[in-house]
Amino acid sequence: MNRMVRIVPWLIVSVFALEVLVALRPRRDGEWWMTEFGRLPVLLNGRVQPLDSVGRNSLLQMRSTSDVPLENVPGWQFWRHPPKLRATEWLAEVFFRPDRADERPIFLIHHPELLSALNLQDRGVERSGLRYFTYQELRPVLGTVFEQARQAARLKDPQRTPYQKQVLKLANAVGLYEQLKNSVQPETTRDLYRLLEDYRAAIPAGVAAARASTSGNAADDDALRKLSDLARQFDRVARMARPMIIPPADPVDKDAWRNLGEAALEALQTGTIHPAVEWYAHMASAYVAGDAARFNRAVGDYRAWLAERFPQQKAKGRAEHYFNQIKLFLRATILYIAAFVLAVGAFVTWGAAANVSEALRRAAFYLVVLALTVHTAGLVFRMMLEGRPPVTNLYSSAIFIGWGTCVFGLFLERAYRVGLGSAVAGLAGFVTLLIAHNLALGGDTMEMLRAVLDTNFWLATHVVVITLGYSATFVAGGLALAYVALGVFTNLLRWPVGQQREVSLGDALTKMVYGVVCFATLFSFTGTVLGGIWADQSWGRFWGWDPKENGALMIVLWNALILHARWGGLVRARGLMNLAIFGNIITAFSWFGTNMLGIGLHSYGFMDAAFHWLMAFNASQLAFIALGLLPLRWWRSFRPTPPAAEPARAPQPQLSPL
Amino acid sequence: MGSWAHRIYACLSSVRLTVALLALAVVLVFWGTMAQVTQGLYKAQNDFFRSFFVYWQPAWSAWRVPIFPGGYLLGWLMVANLLAAHFRYYQPSRRKIGIVLIHSGILVLLVGQLLTDLLAVESQLHLRHGETKNYSEASREFELAIVDTTTPERDTVVAISQHRLARGGDVEIATLPFTVRIREYLPNSSLTDRPTEGYRPIPATTGFGTGLWWRRLPLETDPDRRDVPSAVVELVTREGSLGRYVVSGYFTRPHELTHDGRTYRMELRQTRYYKPFFITLLEFRHDRYPGTEIPKNFSSRIRIVRPATGEDREVLIYMNNPLRYFGETYYQASFDPDDQGTVLQVVRNPSWLAPYFGCVIVTVGMMIQFGQHLTGWLARRRPA
Repeated sequence: MNRMVRIVPWLIVSVFALEVLVALRPRRDGEWWMTEFGRLPVLLNGRVQPLDSVGRNSLLQMRSTSDVPLENVPGWQFWRHPPKLRATEWLAEVFFRPDRADERPIFLIHHPELLSALNLQDRGVERSGLRYFTYQELRPVLGTVFEQARQAARLKDPQRTPYQKQVLKLANAVGLYEQLKNSVQPETTRDLYRLLEDYRAAIPAGVAAARASTSGNAADDDALRKLSDLARQFDRVARMARPMIIPPADPVDKDAWRNLGEAALEALQTGTIHPAVEWYAHMASAYVAGDAARFNRAVGDYRAWLAERFPQQKAKGRAEHYFNQIKLFLRATILYIAAFVLAVGAFVTWGAAANVSEALRRAAFYLVVLALTVHTAGLVFRMMLEGRPPVTNLYSSAIFIGWGTCVFGLFLERAYRVGLGSAVAGLAGFVTLLIAHNLALGGDTMEMLRAVLDTNFWLATHVVVITLGYSATFVAGGLALAYVALGVFTNLLRWPVGQQREVSLGDALTKMVYGVVCFATLFSFTGTVLGGIWADQSWGRFWGWDPKENGALMIVLWNALILHARWGGLVRARGLMNLAIFGNIITAFSWFGTNMLGIGLHSYGFMDAAFHWLMAFNASQLAFIALGLLPLRWWRSFRPTPPAAEPARAPQPQLSPL
Repeated sequence: MGSWAHRIYACLSSVRLTVALLALAVVLVFWGTMAQVTQGLYKAQNDFFRSFFVYWQPAWSAWRVPIFPGGYLLGWLMVANLLAAHFRYYQPSRRKIGIVLIHSGILVLLVGQLLTDLLAVESQLHLRHGETKNYSEASREFELAIVDTTTPERDTVVAISQHRLARGGDVEIATLPFTVRIREYLPNSSLTDRPTEGYRPIPATTGFGTGLWWRRLPLETDPDRRDVPSAVVELVTREGSLGRYVVSGYFTRPHELTHDGRTYRMELRQTRYYKPFFITLLEFRHDRYPGTEIPKNFSSRIRIVRPATGEDREVLIYMNNPLRYFGETYYQASFDPDDQGTVLQVVRNPSWLAPYFGCVIVTVGMMIQFGQHLTGWLARRRPA
């Protein structure tokens, strides 16, 4: 019996751990060296990143997924894994065979008004209620799309209707796709290497003819025309290409990346073609011809060349590619929700089957530890890739808030082994990572920081401390939710917990919430004032009543209010819980709501669809507060019961220290 | 009488008042933040936070009804509450050190912020490439400047603030041989050179601008725009009037006039703060990340020359790295669209160190206080 309590949790957690380990294996290439191709470094958004990230972030912006399924499998058949194009494979197709890429369903349109305006209701591929369209399908309506988008672009964001926002988003996605199609070669080309060879051959005569004609001598018009026709093709790439895929000629000048078109046009001056251009041309021609050996040779040769001249950039490409591939935050999300389910299971079975409950509780705890390990690994990996402290934008703040919440949750679980800490950690980890996932749909999450944010010192102090303050406030609110739910619907609050069974669960929760609110006050106050000092350093005023500052101040004031109300005896356990739940609303406003106002110095962008979610969240919290305000005699935990029903002898699962 | 005082004292020192004030502050901050969306940062800030009451003005009347305590009132009440509570409950004890530290730090913060509001002066220094200035300009305040330019070596400046202009009437200045009579002053205005609906002719008689039309505009609420005032002033001597002049923030050149053998320039310009040193912009840089429009860095390399001490040096000001000099702080604030000029924010704030001290004191206090809770809790949990 005891053995089951001890062994089963380890079994559960090792299954999950094994899954994580399997995912960590580096991927092997098949016939085509697509993984190697995906690792090649390019410059985009001001930073060196692998081609895989270019493909992944573009797909996320257009399709909200990071790969393209090749078969349409109904969503409920979750056991079937249809073959799919990974981000890199898709990008290679867009680069080299745009005609085929035009047939892939990659544009997600879900706004019904937009669908009917474009007359697309019965086209496209439907999956789980969402409609995806190919470029070919959209081609007839692109004129309308761009015209509507031009109108929308003239307005400021808050003035746009949801329809206009969606049309603008679609236009951006199409524009992005068209840029990608012309990033290596003009989209009509089928043999880039031939084109390049012709161009190289035409340069000497063409340049001589051009010189002659400018100096007024007799010029070879044919040679000139031939060269300018060829150069025009590369000029198209120079103007349209999105990533800058050709590294600098001189490794010292590390920002001087160019796109392929620009690099090819340079040959008109220098007479020589950058070797990277040639390798990309080989890749393109080999891809079209289906010649895997030639493609692999080009990738391999280019890789060797990079290793010698750009070892850092090559390593960066490789590392980020691996980071993309292992998807640590996705794994952590799964682990968190599993832990939450197990922790809830532990509560449900607490009275009925003490041993099962204890086994589940332990399994949940181990899983949270595993999830937190994976989460931490992802966080540290990201910090190393970026060379930055953990929080640099809204996306990373979600990841870090989740992380902080789980750390708090684990501490609480260690203190009172009742499964509540694990439940809060699991739920918060799951929700925050889900929020982060949705924020990532906006594009590159490792974008460069604007000048004012470009200071690791303040990012590491102010931003980290204030984010921990958000985390702590959410933990207090989460525990308070548990208190109200357990108190109203169950009698668990009366049950003794702790090592000596010395306190009731209700009292233990009260102490936890109080303690966490103390930490929340400390972190949010210190973080807010540090933010003020940063503002004093960069803008010349300590406090400017900017929405984000005000949001932080509200959290500090609210936490201070909770503490004073408690110390002054104005509230007791139940009042404390209701105040803590309201803290969730204030923190959510400060974290997200202030960004939605679209004003002030902190509004560096983002956010809008999340507004409805925020309102729904607030409504749910108010519902809990209403529940918490019910008279105590309606609470199952506080209902007077005949002494016989008292859990005089609480179930005594084996509670050895972990 | 005595019992009344006692009751007020009891109320003022009660924790109920603390909680009430904190709750009111949360509401005020939220309300003030939301108001920024419609009213703009600047106006909302003045209405909600830099005032004793939040007023409600019915659309049909000029009455303003106070409906909610403003930032100043709550701030003062918090200070009073804090002092009264400590006076009433204070017992010297080691366990109270944390609380005392926290609250004295908060006092430092509140008082420091109040002093900042009262004493801080913000202005801007706009320099084109190679330009030298010995003054900065207020971004929202204007002044009527009358400059005696008779002697070529030295200008003598007399300035009348916009607040004085708004009051109207006569301004007599000992160093000027005439009185400045303020005929009309529009705090925010629009000018045009042809008859236009809603505009009326400017009642000026002398100098340029006599044929113009003007109208009064409501005060700006958008923080990115500012009010541009205009006025008509009459210069009056004992012998009679020298004429009515129109002055406006829109004009880029001053009126030139001669009286009694002395020459003057007169203009309505942004209020200037003169400094005993000269600043020259040597170089402004605006770097972007390669292939993007995301700014990577703004920086201004300037030269400071202070004749009195013979000081002459170069300084680099960039984001998050201001220059602190002569009781003022110079920040990289903005730049010209062509990247050939820089705008430095100049802040004189004698109490700028208060938040630094306050923050440290409160944080140390909280660590002591909550550390005591934590260790106590851990000790109690330890199995006997």
